[in-house]
Amino acid sequence: MTDTRDELETSVAATGPPPLLRFVAAKVGGGVVSLFLVAVLGFFLFRVLPGDPARTMTRSTPVSAEQLAALRHRFGLDQPLYLQFRDFVLDLLHGDLGTSYIYNRPVAELVLERVGPTVLLVGTATVLAVLVGLWMGTRAAWHQGGPVDRWFTSVGLTLWSVPTFWLGLLALMAFGVGVGPLPGLFPVAGMSSADVPAGVVPHVLDVAHHLVLPCLTLVAVIYAQFMMVMRTSLLEEMGADYLTTARAKGLREDLVRRRHAVPNALLPTVTLIFLHLGLVVAGAITVETVFSWPGLGLLTYEALRVPDLPLLQGTFIVLAGSVIVMNVLAELVYRFLDPRVRDS
Amino acid sequence: MGVGPTGAPGSDPRALLLTLTLLLAAAVPAAGQSARSAPPEPDSGGEVTLRVGIQQEFDSLNPFLGFSLASTGVFRLIYPTLTTYGAEDFSVVPELATDWKSSPDKLSWTFHIREGVHWSDGEPVTAHDVAYTFNRMMDDPAAATANGNYVEGFTGVTAPDDRTVVIRTASPQATMRSIAVPIVPEHVWSNVDDVAEFANQRMPIVGNGPFIATEYRPQQFLTLRANEDFWRGAPNVDRLRFVNFENSDAAVQALRKGEIDVVRDLTPTQFDALRDAEDIRRVRGKGRRFYEIVLNPGAANSAGEPIGTGHPALRDPRVRRAVDRAIDRELLVERVLGGYGTVGAGYLPPIFEEYYWTPPPRARRPFSIETANRALDEAGYPRGPDGVRHGPSGRPLDFEFVLHGDTSTDALVGKFVEEWLSRLGIRVRLRPVSDNQVNQRTTAGDFDMVVSGWSVNPDPDYVLRLQTCGARPKPGGGGLPDSFLCDRRYDELYASQLAEFDHSERVELVERAQRRFHRMATGLILFYPNALEAYRSDRFEGFMLQPTEGGVITAQQGYWGYYRARPTEQARAASGGAGYRSAAFVIVGVVLLGAVVLASVAARRRRTAEHRE
Repeated sequence: MTDTRDELETSVAATGPPPLLRFVAAKVGGGVVSLFLVAVLGFFLFRVLPGDPARTMTRSTPVSAEQLAALRHRFGLDQPLYLQFRDFVLDLLHGDLGTSYIYNRPVAELVLERVGPTVLLVGTATVLAVLVGLWMGTRAAWHQGGPVDRWFTSVGLTLWSVPTFWLGLLALMAFGVGVGPLPGLFPVAGMSSADVPAGVVPHVLDVAHHLVLPCLTLVAVIYAQFMMVMRTSLLEEMGADYLTTARAKGLREDLVRRRHAVPNALLPTVTLIFLHLGLVVAGAITVETVFSWPGLGLLTYEALRVPDLPLLQGTFIVLAGSVIVMNVLAELVYRFLDPRVRDS
Repeated sequence: MGVGPTGAPGSDPRALLLTLTLLLAAAVPAAGQSARSAPPEPDSGGEVTLRVGIQQEFDSLNPFLGFSLASTGVFRLIYPTLTTYGAEDFSVVPELATDWKSSPDKLSWTFHIREGVHWSDGEPVTAHDVAYTFNRMMDDPAAATANGNYVEGFTGVTAPDDRTVVIRTASPQATMRSIAVPIVPEHVWSNVDDVAEFANQRMPIVGNGPFIATEYRPQQFLTLRANEDFWRGAPNVDRLRFVNFENSDAAVQALRKGEIDVVRDLTPTQFDALRDAEDIRRVRGKGRRFYEIVLNPGAANSAGEPIGTGHPALRDPRVRRAVDRAIDRELLVERVLGGYGTVGAGYLPPIFEEYYWTPPPRARRPFSIETANRALDEAGYPRGPDGVRHGPSGRPLDFEFVLHGDTSTDALVGKFVEEWLSRLGIRVRLRPVSDNQVNQRTTAGDFDMVVSGWSVNPDPDYVLRLQTCGARPKPGGGGLPDSFLCDRRYDELYASQLAEFDHSERVELVERAQRRFHRMATGLILFYPNALEAYRSDRFEGFMLQPTEGGVITAQQGYWGYYRARPTEQARAASGGAGYRSAAFVIVGVVLLGAVVLASVAARRRRTAEHRE
């Protein structure tokens, strides 16, 4: 990677702000603007949702019309829309996402509370799925048309097409409850048990134990995308001249693949991985529901039912924000990975 | 796992497969002890925890704010109320108040507060705490969020001494015997400036009840500890834990596995599936809900101005009664509820035996398409050439039926009703929409037919009020209408039952109000679904049902179910699920070890391969 250093030196020598900085600033600035627009869009989008939050919240509890009116007043739902919007934007600029209707707590606090479990679950699953997917995709492409390729592709595509909640329920039945001689190896719900001996190690092991089933379910459903992209982009490289050159140099097939073909084929896959990372937060809704995993997906689902407008806006900003941030990162990383982009 | 014979090490999937098989083989025996035989949890020192699966989140642990059934159920366990409902038959029994009486003018109530009761932090519970709680709700709108309706008629609450509370009301209210407001400790809550922002999550929560809340992890669980000093005596279990499940199937599986001891809100299918499960006992209780179809009788707001889009033909009570006759309730209970329900009759569900009313034979409207058709012919709604009836104005009887889109119950009921009414020459268009839209369209009178339903409290006042003229929405919107009934006779009956302090007289008046509601046929009560629960009989026994006959454990108006539950000998004797825990740790350990081994083998091969280059 010596050429990056040359690149940096030449760019520093140029006058004005270095192009690299300009590039980064432009990308980051664009991201911030997008994020703000998303927040504004969210405000109006969720105001279109039918229903009266106050009424949904109090369902199944005897309340009077006066109580409902008081609730609406407290949430500012009785104000004209432009005033609500003004308050929303001012609060947003202060980093205040408002107070949830259902939970009577600051949205930022709730989101922070739930983002951890989701990142843990989907992050772990994505890392595993990427590793498994890249490995299988590489193998499948290299032995294109062979039994390995056929097996990997068909199994991967089958799992990809299976509805997540159904696969999750099957996993829950088979490995959580146990069928026939197979005992239930894993807990069926939640992220941790209440009665774990004190200490960090038991707690970590307990969470890991709870993590297995939801995580594997998620991996099974998403790894095929990475596998297929890797397979396709590797196939595109397969006929390239530089591989023939490498083979002519007498390199073994294994090395030709590892040192020459895979790095080039990785480029489109990296973009996909980053885009997928952006969806990390959103992707877990069904799995979280099946395994009662206390994350953001569930929070969004609950907010939607009321509709808890501030909470919806908050989760929406987080979901959209993670996509935007990852997009910006993907563009930045890609610039470093692919010299062709850098020179243009 | 030596180097494969065909060179290209690491590319052999067989080696990987073999490793995985070995790992699995190693894990299974280790986990043998964790089979499905309900491993009791590792309670330290022989303590036993009763674990209840719930499918609803606690919206707030602040008793002034929490609306959800999950929250209000917990408040009954950790805060006192003046009175409570007995387990046998929902009769009002003393709780924090030992006795009470009303003044001759019926406008003032005196409650005597029990002596020697202490908050969980040791402070005595006095009449001042009670007065403080009510006054805070009357002065601070935020504190009236969840229970404000109880204090609406209050004009003043005072505590002349430590043992006496006097409440004055603007008009006579028979409901004063059952004020289900959680009483909070003044010395804690007087420091809370903004009730609306107070989450009340500092543990343990200072309260007084059979249990004390000690640990809360949002969306995971809430743990309560037995209150050894409870004035009725300590509960029989050491701890009570509510465990969150996001879907009921997972909760049922956890019960089968022994991860929890009680589940509630089962579907008929789940309930049937548990029939032969060993060590699990099922409880089929009468439910507190009624399920009705509202026929828009010409909706109007509280000022009497017509609102909404109701079909004019439904303003005719003869049409509404004909529709009622075309509904086969027996069939609905059998097909829609799998038999787990009671056929709808009056207004209040049969779980409240005293108030339960069924129409006498001459007022009853049994299922008969023939009779319904004859009634419509006589009322002057002839069939057109296409077989659809039309009213005097020539407008066809074509009704829009609004349903909850996310429940199968509504979908099935809709289908049946559509079929039956088509045989009357009435066309029904089903409109499944979101819960929010159902509420919105109901309040706006924007429907011809709509599904509705309420949970009924032991005191029927609240649901009876839903059918009064006063319940109709205000001109500016808001309000809680149900069937838009606005009938002078019904309102008179409603008002007199509220002012009637003689219990049997009041029961009589409530019955007459139900009769009037049935006669007007604006709301057709279809059925009362059962409450379906199940528990692990190998771990617990002695759950006290409310009511004793056909009652429930979890969805009570009181704390009897959990308070009286007893651990079995087996649960007491079982100490430590260490086997289960260690098995889990062994598995995790083996998997980690396997991963490390695999990684190092792969790395070594990689190195040797590079070496050979």
